[in-house]
Parts: sequence; structure tokens; C-alpha cells
Amino acid sequence: MRKLLLPSLIVAATLLILVKLFYLQVVDDSYKLKSENNAIKIVYEYPERGYIYDRNGKLLVANQPSYDLMVIPREIKNLDTLEFCKLLDITKQDFDRILKKAINHSPRLPSPFLTQLNRKDFAAFQEKIGKFKGFEIQKRSLRDYQVAVGANIFGYITQVNQAIIDNNPYYRSGDLIGKQGVEQEYEELLRGQKGVKYYQRDKFNRIIGPYKNGIYDTIAKQGEDITLSIDIELQKYGEALMANKRGGIVAIEPKTGEILALISAPSYDPALLVGRQRSRNYTKLYNDSIAMPLFDRGLLAEYPPGSPFKILTALIGLQEEVIDEQTTFFCRRGFSYGNRFMRCHDSGGFSLNAGMYSSCNTYFANVYKKTIEKYPKPSQGVDAWSSHLKSFGLGDYMGYDLPPGKRGKVPTTKLYDKYYSAGGWRSTTIISNAIGQGEILTTPIQLCNVMAAVANQGYYYTPHVIKKIQHYDIDAKFTTKHQTTIDQQYFPPVINGLFDVYNKGTASRLQVEGIEICGKTGTAENFTKIDGKRVQLTDHSIFVAFAPKDDPKIAIAVFVENGYWGARIAGPISSLMIEKYLKGTITRTDLEKRMFESSLEKEYAKVISGEPFSINK
Amino acid sequence: MKNQNVTSNLDWISILIYGALVILGWMNIYSSSLPIETVNFDISAIYGRQLLFIALTIPLIIVILSIDAKVYEKFAIVFYIVGILLLIGLFVFGKTVKGQTNWYGVGNFSFQPSEFVKTATSLLLAKYLSDALVILKNTKHQLIAFAIIGIPILLILLQPDAGSAMIFISLVLVLNREDLPDWYLWTGFFALLLFFGSLLIEPEYIIITIVVLIIIHFLRAKRINRNPLAYLMVFIVSTAFVLSVDFVYDNVLEPHQKDRINVLFDDGVDMKKEGYNLNQSMIAIGSGGWIGKGFLEGTQTKGGFVPEQHTDYIFTTVGEEWGFVGSTVVILLFVALLMRLLYLAEHQKTKFSRVYGYCVVSILFTHFFVNIAMLIKLFPTIGVPLPFFSYGGSSLWAFTILLFIFLKLDANKVNEW
Repeated sequence: MRKLLLPSLIVAATLLILVKLFYLQVVDDSYKLKSENNAIKIVYEYPERGYIYDRNGKLLVANQPSYDLMVIPREIKNLDTLEFCKLLDITKQDFDRILKKAINHSPRLPSPFLTQLNRKDFAAFQEKIGKFKGFEIQKRSLRDYQVAVGANIFGYITQVNQAIIDNNPYYRSGDLIGKQGVEQEYEELLRGQKGVKYYQRDKFNRIIGPYKNGIYDTIAKQGEDITLSIDIELQKYGEALMANKRGGIVAIEPKTGEILALISAPSYDPALLVGRQRSRNYTKLYNDSIAMPLFDRGLLAEYPPGSPFKILTALIGLQEEVIDEQTTFFCRRGFSYGNRFMRCHDSGGFSLNAGMYSSCNTYFANVYKKTIEKYPKPSQGVDAWSSHLKSFGLGDYMGYDLPPGKRGKVPTTKLYDKYYSAGGWRSTTIISNAIGQGEILTTPIQLCNVMAAVANQGYYYTPHVIKKIQHYDIDAKFTTKHQTTIDQQYFPPVINGLFDVYNKGTASRLQVEGIEICGKTGTAENFTKIDGKRVQLTDHSIFVAFAPKDDPKIAIAVFVENGYWGARIAGPISSLMIEKYLKGTITRTDLEKRMFESSLEKEYAKVISGEPFSINK
Repeated sequence: MKNQNVTSNLDWISILIYGALVILGWMNIYSSSLPIETVNFDISAIYGRQLLFIALTIPLIIVILSIDAKVYEKFAIVFYIVGILLLIGLFVFGKTVKGQTNWYGVGNFSFQPSEFVKTATSLLLAKYLSDALVILKNTKHQLIAFAIIGIPILLILLQPDAGSAMIFISLVLVLNREDLPDWYLWTGFFALLLFFGSLLIEPEYIIITIVVLIIIHFLRAKRINRNPLAYLMVFIVSTAFVLSVDFVYDNVLEPHQKDRINVLFDDGVDMKKEGYNLNQSMIAIGSGGWIGKGFLEGTQTKGGFVPEQHTDYIFTTVGEEWGFVGSTVVILLFVALLMRLLYLAEHQKTKFSRVYGYCVVSILFTHFFVNIAMLIKLFPTIGVPLPFFSYGGSSLWAFTILLFIFLKLDANKVNEW
């Protein structure tokens, strides 16, 4: 037995060691990570973000260098906090607060300590960086805006938040990412790919050479330059015209679907969101819940379309063959249905052309009624009608290359069954839809797209702001034709009606010499809630148009909140925009001056004044 | 049959394993001491010096094998006395490194006598036990055997070098093989168990456990063996021991010794200070994975994160660069050598060679186990080298001498009739 003691001990001890080794080396992964944290230093190289140009090659957005001070809390050693704070002009409290936040993020990964230092701050600090162990400078590029407009198109760049870091392995704390606008939409192209270098370091944190001879290193890939379809001069002009007004303007080139201008008022100078003041400025913009400068009205605001919708009512009536060009309806200052009455501003007999240019509510109410009643059940009529509307891109996301915006609203059978219970409604119940006032909501870009489709006589391209990417093709969906459900033959009579809006109709005073414009005014009732009560506000001024009539180069939709009737504000702005784009110069300087100077601030103040007020004055 | 050629009787299996371990050891020393900028081979670098030490083992082995086997037995007492004198001499001429006075420094050259005293003590112990009149059941003989082991332990503890002292204690295993009564070993075993137990658990629980064990033993023992006095003695001694561990821990152990025990139990340990060595050692080994990061590719090794990596921590390089597979190979080589030596020891024709063989195995085994176990948190950190692996001339030569004297004795057994 005694002979067995030592061999047994040897075997037992060996097994013990092997089991423990197996656990450490094979089962437990944590040591691999610890070893990497120990010995591998990762250095990122950030490429310059791509430039942004306008459709004529004008540089809109470039870059400026900026320096972020990063901290790796675990590596702070013998720090002279006093000197450090003095150098950076921060207090001890700031220091403690930021450091605590960094430790919470990770004691061993770099976190931003102070960001977007300018060259001067950086130079003073760089001299002494060697003294401050655990701190390092990360060079990044910030946006340098060449224009003070288009903030809603560009979007902005900001530091990634924790949610992004958790969900996307590309981003590290302190990295920048595009938010809103094309910065968000084309983030991956604009940012390029950051380069990574792995270094091996020793226990004193000194770099002792590339890790594994650099086989894991990657080279930074330059960001792509992009060219937008925006005409920056038109954009500037539109923003100037919208001064002191709220609303949105969208202009599209019908033949391509390229967005020429996308204006949201009020807006802000994009440069406000760069530099050390960005966060303060952003908070200010964000907190302005009344004017909402960050709210892109061109994409997000859902308005009742009003009279411009009559274009679609007419087109659908023609397509469904419930009317033809000669069909005439009589108007006696309104349209009676059941025991109700829809007012109209005129009277007499109206055919398509006259109904169009004088915007006769009665005419379109009749067309709509006939359309719905063509089918045995109103529900079938509404289904046919809404599928026509949807073919124009209404009631759904359009798929443009900007943050998705809003769907607008196209009412369906389902909706009305819910409102009135199934079978409890008929064409006259929903007659307001005929004139764009019922349950229909559209965004300015949707309405503009409708005009583009009308200008093209039956098709459109998904609106987009991208025109060219340096090394890639633009998304194929932007070069794919979308056919509407209206046959091409039905467009000319409607277009003639729109042309006569300028010749003898509601916009006859807005003609531009030498340009044949087709347009439609709109005046939309709208409501808000004040202290829980539904209150009607001054009508929205709406105008849609395209020009020139025979070779459309621009389609436009203008919404001016509470601007009263269509030809009052939206109409003049549209015609000025068209003139500016097609001619480059403005002949009607009086009108231009009036628009620059017109202000609706008083109108907007009414709502928040708390006083009773009157509207449409 | 007399004076057969030594080489033909040598146990080449052991020598082969020895050679493999020395070569693998040097490769790992090379990796752990290679400078960052790859320069030409540098003989004055650590790996260069070790290569020199290895080269010098060849004449050393030739000398050991050439000496008549009888000499080791005859002059055992002389070697022992010289060894003890060298240990005493340390207090006068020794060099103090990190608080331990265990080196002689001669010019550029250092020499650690305790390494060689292991061989001398083994020889004398073997010589004493081989006397046909010595029986370890006899208390007087027990005392003499303990004294042979105890004198160097005492001198080494005064240096103080707890690690080396511990190696000598393992020689008790040899005495056990040679019929030392079992209770010595059991007592030692329980003492160790109680020691770690009382550090981990409140003493009350341990005392309750002891009582329960005693009652169980009492109920199961034959009536004639139920000596109440013996049970009482066991109870009193073990309770006193448990209670005194707290006292010893608080009042006798040096702070760094306490740290080494705390580190083992994760007891409020700062990984940057007292826990640093063990933590870095575990990281190096643990990050090796199945097959390791590859020769010369260890990031922990290259970054110098593990202190003293080429000496007591050399196995961390194995763990990191060769992974679990490589570590297992090295461990199995050690086990193979130990088992082979045990087999040879059991087949010796003289008691002297057998006891000496056992001493060799006990010493090598204790080094092997304590060294690796301390790196992976199975044992408190105690500075003992890994035989044949760790950097250092003294330890390499001492282990070579220890081993090859036995191989010489073994080769000579055909002459023993």
C-alpha cells in the first residue's frame, strides 16, 4: 500500500491541474478578453466625411478639423487635476462629473472627455498631453457649411448614443453619426470606413509594435462625395420667401423625380449644430414647441389638400368614365345633399374646364358622387377611388431618400365602416373628399408628386434628393417609372383646366410673362385644439403648379399655414419660385418684395395668446 | 559482469524526457526574454545565458556518471555537512535579494546553495535509512531522520525562504514509504486541511465538524478501541489548532504572506497590487485557449505583463503560447518522468538507491505541483522554480545533479550483487 501513496498523489495532483487548466483555457473565455485589453491598443483613423454639392456643382457642405479629448479612466495615473482643469478651463466638478460618466461607460475603453475642441484649445493642450496619462486626442472632422440654408435637407451630425453603440458594432463611444436629412440617409457613404490599427503594448502601456504584424489592420476608406438634386439658389430663394411664415415648399423636376427645393419654415442655420455650442443650440431648437424649427414641414406636415385635390377628383371621374369633358353640372351657390349643403362661391353651369379654373365645389361634388355611385355599393366605389389615389403615391410612405416622413391619409372602406358602422354611409356622407377637405391628408411632397405625375401625364419617379454619388450609382428605385392608374388620354383636358386657372381663373393675377404655368389654388379649413376645444383657425393657403405647360421642368407645391386663400400667399410664392427657376431673374419685384415682407406672426400669435380671436381676415 | 559500460545501462527514457523538458524550457525562456526589436542572437541575454547553462550540463553529467556510484553513498555525510556549512555561511557572506538571503554572489556569478542541499540531504537520508539496523518504527530513529531533514529546513526558514523549506518537508513522503507510522502523514494532512479550513470558514463550524467526525468514528470503532482519552486528545489538539490559526494568521504571518493567501480566496484583493502577479499569470494562461497563440506570439509574454516570467512563472508562457494542448504535453512529460523514476526506484536492488530515488521523485514532484498550482490559483504563491524549465544555472544544475546521481545509481544496479 505504501508504494501507492506517491504515485496516487502524482496522479491526483496532475488531474487537479489539468482540470483547472482546462477550465481556464478552454471553458472560461474571460481571460482572452482580459488579455486583449491588456496587450492590444486599438487606434482608429477617421476618414474625412464626404462633401455635399448642389445640382449645379456648388459646394454646400465641407469639413473642418476638430479635436476630441478622449479619456481611458483606467489608465489615468498621477494626474495633476488642478493643472489639467485650468488648462481646459473646466471646474473640478465638471471633471468629476465627466469622469464618472466615462467610468460608467467603461473604465478601459476611450470615452469622450471634451469634444470639438478648436485648433487653439487643442494646441495648448497638446504640448502637455504626455503628462496626462490616460488622455488622448482623437482627430475628427466636423461639418463646415458653405450655405446658411437647407438645414432640413442636410440634417446634422452628432455623437452616437449608447443605443447605437450597443446595436451597431461599427460605432464606438465618441464617434459621430448623421442624424436627419441626407447625413442620416447617406451615413454609410458619407462617413466612409474608419481605419483600425492594432498595436501591441507592454505593461507600461508603451506601444511595442504592430499586433501580429498588422494582419488585422484596415486602412481608412474616404467618405463618398455626393451631389444633391437641390438647386441651392432656388432653395435659398424659397427660404427667403417663407420668412416669418410657417409651411413647406417642395419643388420637383417631373421628368426625373429630382427634388429641386425642399423648404420648411421656420428653419435654422445648419452651422448652429456644430462646435462647442451645438448642444445648447440644439436644445433651444428642440424646445421650441410652437414654431418647431426641427419639424420638416415639407415631409412631415399632413395638411388637408383642399382644392388642388379636385385635379384628382376630375382625373378619377374621367378614368371611371362617369363624366367626360363636356359633362355639365349646375351650381346654385352650393351643393345640396340630404338635408345638408356644401357652399360654393359661384353659380351657373360648369363643364370640366370651367369647373377647374373657377374651382366650383358643386361640380366636383357631383363628379365624386357619380364616381362612388358607379358601383353597386359605396364601399366598392371608395375602394376603386382610393386605389387610384394610391397610384399617385398618396396615403403611404413614398420611399424618398430622406427620413421617412409621414404617410398622409387616404380614407378606405374600413375607415368609414369604423366611423359609421358597415353600410351606414354613402357617397354623400363622405362628399367633402371631393374637394380635398374630408378625411384626406397629404404632405407637401406628396402633393408636389401628384403635380409631377400630372405634368408627366400619368407617371412619376419616386422623389429623391440624390443626384450623383462619387463612385456608386444611385438607388435603382429612383430611376424606376411609377405608372398611375389614370390613362394618358385623360390628362390633357385637366391640364388645360389648370392652364386656364392662370388665364381666367383663381390665379389670373399671378401670370408670369413668357412662361405657361398650370396651377391650382387651394384654401383649406383647419382646426386645432385649445384647452381641449376644437377651434377653427384661419385657412391654409395652398398652391400647386407645374411649368412650362408643354415641357414641364418644375412641379411645385406650396403650403402656408394660416395664410388664408390660395392666391394670397402660396400662389405668389409658387409663381416667383417658378420664375426664379426657369428664368433665373424676377421681373415682378413688387410682388417679390411684398412676399418677402409679409408676415403671419400675428396670425400665429393668436393661437397662443389665450384671447378670443377671429379668423380669415 | 563487473564495470559494464555505464552508457548501455543508463535509463535512456528518463534522459530523453529530461532532454525534452530542458529544450522546451529553453524555447519558452527564449520567447519570454526576446527583446522587442529582433536583434542577432545575444549570448548575454537571458536566453543566451540559459543556453550556456544548458551546454554546461553536458560536462556536468559526464562527471556525475563517471564518478563511482559508491562515492555518493560513502561521502553522503560529507556532502551534507558541506551543504549545511554553505547554508550557515549565507548569514555571513550571503547576498540579500528581495528580503531573502539565499544567494552567494561571486563576481558576475550567483549560486543558491539550498538547491544543492536538496541533493545532499537526499543522499544522507538514503544512507541513513539504508542501514539495516534503522527502523522507522523506532522513535529515536524517527528523530534522527527528522533531524536530517529538519536542520536544512530550519536554516532555510531563517533566510527566510518558505518555498524551499516546503520542498524539504515533502521528504516525509519518503519516510512514509520506508515504514514511518501512518499517523504522521495523517496528522500532517489534517493539519493542512484544518489550516485552510479555518481561513475559509468560521472556526465554530470547523469545531462542530470535528465533533461530528469524532462521534461517527466512536460509533463505528470496535469497542476495544474506544479510548475516550484519545478522542478527547484529538478534540483538544484540533480545536486548539483551529483557534490558533486565526492567531497565527493575524500575528505571525508577514503581510505579503497574508496577501498570498488572500489572493487565493479573492479576499478583497487589488488586482493592481497584491493580486497583480496571480491575475496576470491567470490571464496569460487563460488566454491560451486550446492551442495557444503560437510560439513567440504571446501578447502577455511580449508585453512583459507577467513578472519574473522566465523564472518561477515560465509555465505561463507555455500556457499562453502553446495553449491547453501544449500545457498538457509538458505536464504529461513531467508525469512520465516521475512515474518512470518511481518505477526505477522500486526496482533498485539496494535500499540506498531506492530511498534516494524516492527523494528525487518527491522533490521533483513537489516543485512541479507547487510551481504550476500557484500559477492557476490552486495554491498560494510560493517561489519555487519549475524543474528543468525555469531560468537559472543553480536550479538547472542542481536538478541535473539530483537526477543524474540517481540515474548513475540505477545504471550501476547490475553491479550490485
